[in-house]
Amino acid sequence: MIVFRDLYKGFGEKEVLRGFSLDVQDGETVVVIGYSGSGKSVALKHVVGLLEPEQGAVEVDGQVVHQLDRDGLRGLRSQIGFVFQFAALFDSMSVWDNLTLGLKRQNLSQREMSERARESLAMVDLLGSEDKFPAELSGGMRKRVGLARAIALRPKYLLYDEPTTGLDPVTAAVINQLMIRTRERLGVTSIVVTHDMTSAYAVGDRIAMLYRGAIRQVGSVEQIQRTHDAVVRQFIEGRPEAGADAEAAAAGGTA
Amino acid sequence: MYNALSIRVAGWLTQVGKVGNFLRDVLRSSKEVGTWAGLTAVQMRRIGVQSLPIAIFIAVFTGIVLSLLSSYSFTGAVPLYFVGTFVGKAMMLELAPVLVGLALAGRVGANIAAELGTMRVTEQVDALETLAYDPNSYLVVPRVLAATLMFPAVVAIATAVGIFSGWITAVNLLDLSTTEFVKGLRLFYQFKDLWFGLVKAMSFGAAIALIGCYHGLSTRGGAEGVGRETTTAVVRGAEAILVLDAFWAVVLL
Repeated sequence: MIVFRDLYKGFGEKEVLRGFSLDVQDGETVVVIGYSGSGKSVALKHVVGLLEPEQGAVEVDGQVVHQLDRDGLRGLRSQIGFVFQFAALFDSMSVWDNLTLGLKRQNLSQREMSERARESLAMVDLLGSEDKFPAELSGGMRKRVGLARAIALRPKYLLYDEPTTGLDPVTAAVINQLMIRTRERLGVTSIVVTHDMTSAYAVGDRIAMLYRGAIRQVGSVEQIQRTHDAVVRQFIEGRPEAGADAEAAAAGGTA
Repeated sequence: MYNALSIRVAGWLTQVGKVGNFLRDVLRSSKEVGTWAGLTAVQMRRIGVQSLPIAIFIAVFTGIVLSLLSSYSFTGAVPLYFVGTFVGKAMMLELAPVLVGLALAGRVGANIAAELGTMRVTEQVDALETLAYDPNSYLVVPRVLAATLMFPAVVAIATAVGIFSGWITAVNLLDLSTTEFVKGLRLFYQFKDLWFGLVKAMSFGAAIALIGCYHGLSTRGGAEGVGRETTTAVVRGAEAILVLDAFWAVVLL
């Protein structure tokens, strides 16, 4: 279980998270939606200790992430796969080396490592691309290799940072299918950060909207689709003309 | 005025603190031998072997100039075989380590800062961390170790090449025989001449690599940030070489 407890984080003058709280139960997929720059990725990076909170905490299976020592943090990270927005593949390494780098930390035999890497590539339909370098891959393929690298670790948790951003609708749908397939096959708990509502509805069990540093509303896909909260409605329907009304309603506490 | 000064001092102290933390983290990371051992050999080839052409180029022309310059300065007053003494001492003690060091501050320092800076802004450093690697063990320690070990080797070769080109110049352009040149070279020679230059080279290598890594990993923003930190790494690397050069002269001479 992952718990974000009253998280505060800023960069210089800018406060990004202001009391962000959210529980993610084992086995579920929670999608965090919100405007660009609203702090979704910032919240996600706290789970693996890439950022430390100014106040509050993130707990993973009862462990407070920012209080872990080096070995504790390493142990935690070995249970979490992180799929980065732009894949963050190591561009000096082949696809195969990208996949096996994390596995080398898991004390697997050479045979186990090869099997694991091959299985993961098969899951994202990229068998045969082992010797390619990231520069030779399309955006969609890079995202799939990023996903394969994360699932090769056989993680308990998977964190997706904008997995479909910048992709055409068909490739985005392929990534959505892969996320669903990964969850079904590996039974992972996932947090997906996105502003792509098609993806959010397709992969999420629950959807949480991050607004002005805190959770504005959290609920099942159906609850979010039927929401009366003006701010959430404006976002999920993508209606720029409703911006002023929604802001006024939010300021007045109308939801 | 007072406010501006206090802001500057606070900024400077923050920077010192960050550098201190970075050095502490790198030292701690050096315990993970399994992570950096294999990568160090790769870096030794990149930092050492690939730096040889520029080092040799500098040494050849420095040897020629030293030989001609000393002959010009000694005219009449000092026996010409002192050309060998001057070329040998200057190459070993100062010019090979410092000139090669300055050139490598550009080549190696910029390369490290740009590579790690790009990795930082494209989240590859974050990805390393999520794969349970310590970026200091994986990226910094191999580069610092490789530079510390390979700079003396490159400087030793540059020193030999510089003396050789000085000798060729003396024999062909100064009417000095090989025997006289070697006599001058051996005159006043002490073993310290050699190790002094190599100790300096080691410290230059460590400083350039540490500065390159620090600025690379501190990169924020996109391409502009990479460019800014790369430039800063080269400038700071050159400054560090000159400061260390003076430091070793005071401490060891």
